[in-house]
Amino acid sequence: MSAELTAVLGVGQTKYSATRGDVSIAGLCREAACRALEDAHLGWKEIDAVVIGTAPDFFEGVMMPELYLAEALGAVGKPILRVHTAGSVGGSTALVAASLIQSRVHEKVLTIGFEKQSESNATWALSLPQPFSVSINAGAGGYFSPIIRQYMSRSGAPELIGCMVAFKDRQHALKNPYAHLHQNDLTFEEVVDSPMLWNPIRYSETCPSSDGACAMVLGNEVSGDRAENPVAWVHGTAMRSESNNFPGRDEVNPLASRQCAADVFRQAGITNPLKEIDAVEIYVPFSWYEPMWLESLGFAEIDHGWRMVEDGTTSLSGGKLPVNCSGGVLSSNPIGASGMIRFAEAALQVRGMAGDHQVDGAKKSFGHAYGGGAQYFSMWIVGAEKP
Amino acid sequence: MNESHNFRDVAVVSVASHQTKTLSEVNEVQLMADLISKCRNSAGVTQEEIGFTCSGSSDFLAGQAFSFVHTLDSVGAFPPISESHVEMDGAFALYEAWVKLQIGEVDTALVYSYGKPSAGSIIDVLATQLDPYYVSPLWPDCFSLAALQARLLLDKGLISLEKMAEISKRSQKNGFDNPNAVRSSKDVSIENLMNEPTIVDPLRVSDISEITDGGCAVILATGDKAKSLCERPAWIKGIDHRVDSHTLGVRDLTRSSSAFLAAEKAGGNIDRLDVAEIHGMTSAQELILEKEFCLTEETQINPSGGCLASDTMMASGLIRISEVARRIISGQADRGLAHATSGPCLQQNLVCVLEGE
Repeated sequence: MSAELTAVLGVGQTKYSATRGDVSIAGLCREAACRALEDAHLGWKEIDAVVIGTAPDFFEGVMMPELYLAEALGAVGKPILRVHTAGSVGGSTALVAASLIQSRVHEKVLTIGFEKQSESNATWALSLPQPFSVSINAGAGGYFSPIIRQYMSRSGAPELIGCMVAFKDRQHALKNPYAHLHQNDLTFEEVVDSPMLWNPIRYSETCPSSDGACAMVLGNEVSGDRAENPVAWVHGTAMRSESNNFPGRDEVNPLASRQCAADVFRQAGITNPLKEIDAVEIYVPFSWYEPMWLESLGFAEIDHGWRMVEDGTTSLSGGKLPVNCSGGVLSSNPIGASGMIRFAEAALQVRGMAGDHQVDGAKKSFGHAYGGGAQYFSMWIVGAEKP
Repeated sequence: MNESHNFRDVAVVSVASHQTKTLSEVNEVQLMADLISKCRNSAGVTQEEIGFTCSGSSDFLAGQAFSFVHTLDSVGAFPPISESHVEMDGAFALYEAWVKLQIGEVDTALVYSYGKPSAGSIIDVLATQLDPYYVSPLWPDCFSLAALQARLLLDKGLISLEKMAEISKRSQKNGFDNPNAVRSSKDVSIENLMNEPTIVDPLRVSDISEITDGGCAVILATGDKAKSLCERPAWIKGIDHRVDSHTLGVRDLTRSSSAFLAAEKAGGNIDRLDVAEIHGMTSAQELILEKEFCLTEETQINPSGGCLASDTMMASGLIRISEVARRIISGQADRGLAHATSGPCLQQNLVCVLEGE
């Protein structure tokens, strides 16, 4: 018995911004969910189950918020699942929702990822004292900067590659009305001159802190066939995790990332990702992770990912493999939703519904999220045609 | 569950659990490393042979963001594993694993969950689970909310203080044979229980759950694989979960409609049940659940003592499943119902029906 074909029937996003003071947590989630239902031409009653994901509950100061959100998400009398897999949660949440369709347990599932960072304080949330351990209070940038330096030393990448990624993604964001950062007059020089936070990561090379939600309606083959708007068909789904801390672990190119990519490409029958994938949405919270993941995922040769940044391959303006056409995590980062935005934007590309940041004629696209100390991975491949 | 579809046969083939008042010597990683090893060893499988791993836990309970990331070390996640985590009781992690097994790509799954509420104040922690704008700022504690529920049952004549004491007595007597039970007694009497002081009127000490630290690990397998790993697997005949509104004012608190619905969808009320393990925070909640599940005297209820004897937040639901499965695997029971709950006053409920061959 093979898995049921699964389609993305609808996508809904909120405008991402530093503070969405005009809505409650429920209001924020509902805004995205209603837009996804509208896109899918479905009503609340037609949804069988809800799968919700968000990053640590401390980010809003609400424990297991799905319980409070049950009514706002139309889940009363239905099943609701709450996923939490660190930064990859938005992607994992979409994959758990997809598994409910693939397994034929349900026919139509609403999935949503959100974060309303303005409700609490992320620095407090990440700095709660723990017995028998000393907090280095370095933040995520402090954690990842040595890994980035290791990449630079291995690959011999020029120093300004990170700035090029940041500048490109902020240009892409200008074409996405939902993006948090719309820096119309930004120049490359300004990106380079930005204060150095965690060498080699400049302030301009980090993601913002955003409020926002992203939702999708997923359906089985019959509902995909009947949909009024174009749908995105799921060609492959994969999740991998590995332990964080042990001698010999390759933190620049974790084995879990390589295995997860190999699995998802195998399922989609893709042997040459660079040639066969038309648009890519990868989780890049710090600029340098674009070339690093391009290599790990197999879009670039090892130590050569940075060349694709340098020669414009990853730019929406004529590049062969446009990466993060939405502006990426560098332009909008509601953490619990950030992974789902990657998955949803990949779906919008193959549905031909990405608006001004559409890659012409995109047929297959790749969505990616990672979390923890680069140890949790979730990925999917979606296509305009059935697999 | 989609009732028209034939699901793959999935069974619980191995369980391990541990509960104690306070785990002062070990942290969550050490506790789970031990339980996961025991569970894998008794099924005779290594982590590399397990197709999918899923866990359940709470950051708020652990007092740490991304707390489950550390516990991944107890699995030994290298080489990398296919894995997921829910911020829910482990019973819901088991549901996710069951769904994954239905897709047909993998044949085995490891499920685990744990909680160490002794590290903090559970009544304060659970107050943060309520509506963040209108309810949580008042800091109502979970036992006070459950007491309101018990009071409604009393006022409507649906329960009596004696009936509540009978449920507490059942729990303490049953718990006597369970090494994980913390509040247990061989010769507890209704009279003694009725004379206990109230904690939150009308709930007495023995009417509310005994909060403990602990964890549980379970291995699932499909069809022939299950038969090869276990002589008498506990087959999952039905599993479903449902949620009610969070707003206490719009619910009939003398009932739990989502518990009833989940049992109906899981096929819980079709045949005779030898055993039922139900997850309630108070004696009164156990009574509500008995009614929603239409349990009769034919069914032995909470032979482990249930949560009044030992309640480990985030693991209690999975432990209920493991207790039913353990009795089926050992041949003590043929058919049983296991239940898990979450949220204030039985808001969210999962029912799993298990059967031996």
